[in-house]
Amino acid sequence: MTFDLFEKFDSILNDYNSLPKGAANPFTVSMEQVLSPTTAIINGRKTILAGTNNYMGMTFNQECMDAAQEALLTLGTGTTGSRMLNGTYNSHKKLEDTLKKFYDTQHAIVFSTGYQANLGIIATLAGPKDYVVIDADSHASIYDGCAMGNATVVRFKHNDADNLDKKLTRIRKNDPQAGILVVLEGVYSMLGDQAPLKELTRISKAHNAFVLVDEAHSIGVFGETGRGVAQEQGVEDQIDFIVGTFSKSVGTIGGYCVSNNPKFEALRLVCRPYIFTASLPPSVVASATKALELIANSNLRAKLLSNSRRLNNGLSQAGFDMGTTGESPIAAIIIAEQDTAIAFWGEMIKEGVYVNLALPPATPKKLNLMRCSLSAAHNHEQIDFMLEKFILVGTKLGLLQDIPKRILA
Amino acid sequence: MTQTIDEIFEQICTLIAPFNKKNIPITKDSLFSVDLELDSLNVMDILSEIEDEFDITVPLNMLPDLETVGQFAEIVKQLLSEQ
Ligand SMILES: Cc1ncc(COP(=O)(O)O)c(C=O)c1O
Repeated sequence: MTFDLFEKFDSILNDYNSLPKGAANPFTVSMEQVLSPTTAIINGRKTILAGTNNYMGMTFNQECMDAAQEALLTLGTGTTGSRMLNGTYNSHKKLEDTLKKFYDTQHAIVFSTGYQANLGIIATLAGPKDYVVIDADSHASIYDGCAMGNATVVRFKHNDADNLDKKLTRIRKNDPQAGILVVLEGVYSMLGDQAPLKELTRISKAHNAFVLVDEAHSIGVFGETGRGVAQEQGVEDQIDFIVGTFSKSVGTIGGYCVSNNPKFEALRLVCRPYIFTASLPPSVVASATKALELIANSNLRAKLLSNSRRLNNGLSQAGFDMGTTGESPIAAIIIAEQDTAIAFWGEMIKEGVYVNLALPPATPKKLNLMRCSLSAAHNHEQIDFMLEKFILVGTKLGLLQDIPKRILA
Repeated sequence: MTQTIDEIFEQICTLIAPFNKKNIPITKDSLFSVDLELDSLNVMDILSEIEDEFDITVPLNMLPDLETVGQFAEIVKQLLSEQ
């Protein structure tokens, strides 16, 4: 069967076909109705959404919906064109101005998704003679940006400053003049850990490298005005490019990159994922603009992190093997056996809680995770309900028996 | 001080050992994916260990052409000689 283009997928299809069928299949969920940022009807049952990255609960914010509706009715359903041609409306420019104000930067470029922002920025900035140095646990969009570009790609150990230093020292030894782009993430989404940006940027700058930080999971969540981890750690002046998305805290879709580099606008002329795709529809642009204004002035961050601590503490006290600590909006438990993780997910959805089943290769260290992303829109009853169901299912599947042993070990 | 290909191969085998959970015997022709049952993430981690062990840069871009342990040893020898 060498002619078969699909033969290479046989083993993954086999794995997929061995998953439970129907309602217990974690990868075929469909929301029948979405009632709010935290509740939906799934399989005919009212379900608490505990894994949607909707950190600020912006998807049903009245002001955002009003702005989107107004734009929809006055500007139509879509732009039908590239930013470079007919796809730039005044509202796209206003959104970029709002981003500049939000980040206090000279420049901002909006993309159609965060995925495309990473593809575009990484693949375009780092050319054939340059180097991209990435964290081993980088998001797929960062790996794909590397694959799309022509630069030499080097990977350093996750959050390991000494290892980054070694890799950069070696590159500089062989190639003193090369352009180098170091790519980091503010928060790594699976285990919610922050990058130690102070050290990583200090080392990068010592080797004359540019630094890009992807704040996809940290915009809105960290920093005094919600700019992310760079603001939280006080290193914004050391960062050359911040990439982010509107698909999580901002509650819609879209991506962006902001920078103070004086030549930044050149990217609009050469960045293919910016040029060769249609721009965001006006309703999306309007709600993103409104949400950014709200996020900068909101006190939802404290609520979100206290929600996360409540769930993380509860899970940890119940005796689960924790992947997270509660310092970010992520709460994840580690489950040793993949089959148990899949069964766990199926039981949770039956009990009316939607969480993410995260499996390798999407997870670091080959972990099987039941991953929750908290929202500022969750209330305490909802969190306690999640916790109750976690403990119910964990006990049923025998994950909570050997607590004494673990504590002694 | 230049190492022979066999010495490099032996060193690489030591680096692979922690990933080789089933202690599958390694030869120069061993394919990472089929024979050693390692996925692309494992291979990237091994590559990183090799970089630090031999003090060289092995770009990720080279990975598609590196299917066997012997090919790894050869690329290391080549990169060492270019220094
Ligand atoms: C770190 C990181 N970067 C980029 C993206 C892509 O964002 P978007 O949904 O806007 O394509 C994500 C989303 O999954 C992400 O986690």
